[in-house]
Amino acid sequence: MRRRALAFALVAAAFAWPGAQAQTGTADGIAQYRALLADGNPAELWEAKGELLWKQKRGPKNVSLEGCDLGQGAGVVKGAFVELPRYFADTKRVQDLESRLLSCMEAQQGFNAAEIAATPFGRGEQLNLEALVAYVSAASRGMKFRLPQARAEERQMFEAGKRIFYFRAGPYDFSCASCHGEAGKRIRLQELPDLTRNPGDGVGYAAWPAYRLSSGELWGMQRRLNDCYRQQRFPFPGYASDATIALATFMGVKSQGSVSIAPSIKR
Amino acid sequence: MKTTRTTSLAIAALLAGCATAPMTPPELDQLTQGIMKASFREQGIATLDRLAQDELQQACSGEKPPSDAVAKRLEAAQLASVRWPADDVYLGDWREGEKLAQNGRGMTWSDPAGVPSGGNCYNCHQLAKAEISFGTIGPSLYQYGRLRGVSDPAAPASREMLRYTWGKLWNAKATNACSNMPRFGHAGVLSAGQIRDLMALLLDPASPVNAP
Repeated sequence: MRRRALAFALVAAAFAWPGAQAQTGTADGIAQYRALLADGNPAELWEAKGELLWKQKRGPKNVSLEGCDLGQGAGVVKGAFVELPRYFADTKRVQDLESRLLSCMEAQQGFNAAEIAATPFGRGEQLNLEALVAYVSAASRGMKFRLPQARAEERQMFEAGKRIFYFRAGPYDFSCASCHGEAGKRIRLQELPDLTRNPGDGVGYAAWPAYRLSSGELWGMQRRLNDCYRQQRFPFPGYASDATIALATFMGVKSQGSVSIAPSIKR
Repeated sequence: MKTTRTTSLAIAALLAGCATAPMTPPELDQLTQGIMKASFREQGIATLDRLAQDELQQACSGEKPPSDAVAKRLEAAQLASVRWPADDVYLGDWREGEKLAQNGRGMTWSDPAGVPSGGNCYNCHQLAKAEISFGTIGPSLYQYGRLRGVSDPAAPASREMLRYTWGKLWNAKATNACSNMPRFGHAGVLSAGQIRDLMALLLDPASPVNAP
């Protein structure tokens, strides 16, 4: 099934890739290419794997994740994603989906969260996390973001996220805002969402996690932010670190009311 | 009784206020610094000292740009530090410049140490007409030299434009304090020789950027 989806995507790419068209036709060509891709999104395979992993007894304690509270009560998956990051009383932290899954995997299944956080993307338990974020985010597909900001901790994370978003440093002087601070801009042909305001349904924050056609991988927001920081020429942000959660809170609150299409498909 | 009720409500509100008193901006700055410090680690050539901001980076990290007075002062300091080309040679080879303009590699944690960086130009600018995959964060530089009347880069009349362009490439902040463009010479991203080649791409009448 995966092979079929990929073959279809490649055929679509061959038809729709703009090649030497004039600039005016380029954006249309890319939009058409993306629309064709969305028709056979291989993220479904990660969603299915994630559902199995959620229900499967695993880890040193041999229990499932069905007792995991993602913010809507133990085991409730639907609607959880569009209200994250949020504050959790048991960990006394504001957590995004990936950070929260790690907490559950440690507290309930007996995994070592620090060890998993230090595992490179695309290996070991990180592969299972990809599937889990696909499953959990898919259960909120079509729902609108409504991150809670009632608690002081949640508002503080938003304020910290805003400061981190505009933080310029490194040999290139880049911040998140260098690429995502204005509407209608591109890097090469890649359109850039303006993340300082609400970029709209299924755009920016509302498009991740996503299946990446170029690498054949499912990327969660953690991996997306990690690669942004790589290209910002920054040092390496820790997996599920507070800086990444603060940024997610900032982007998520800016996207309040937008419809999540995650897991989406990207080039 | 009404007074008592009002008083107790006021106290409750005060207590609630104490419990959830919003942090002041300096407290939030401090919280953010702590988060940044705890969240990043060194990887490959991307060392933690990259998070230490210089004065300009700090001034340009707000939601709003600094005041005109601050921006002017920062620009003057950046301009004073520009290193002008040795022997007054401003232009190199536009062919090498085009390769650099296409090249977006360098300085990430996945890049090996010691490999020269590219110029990243097409990521943000239009240059030669043949390259349709260009970004739009910066202005179009197609016809850069022609539009600025540089028909003979060696002519004295061209000198001012050569110096202005060199200044932009060496340190874009010398003329625009919070420009999105990296300070290629200042930050040691590109060598003087590489900047000469980019100068040629922009200003040599034979460069495809200036093709009629």
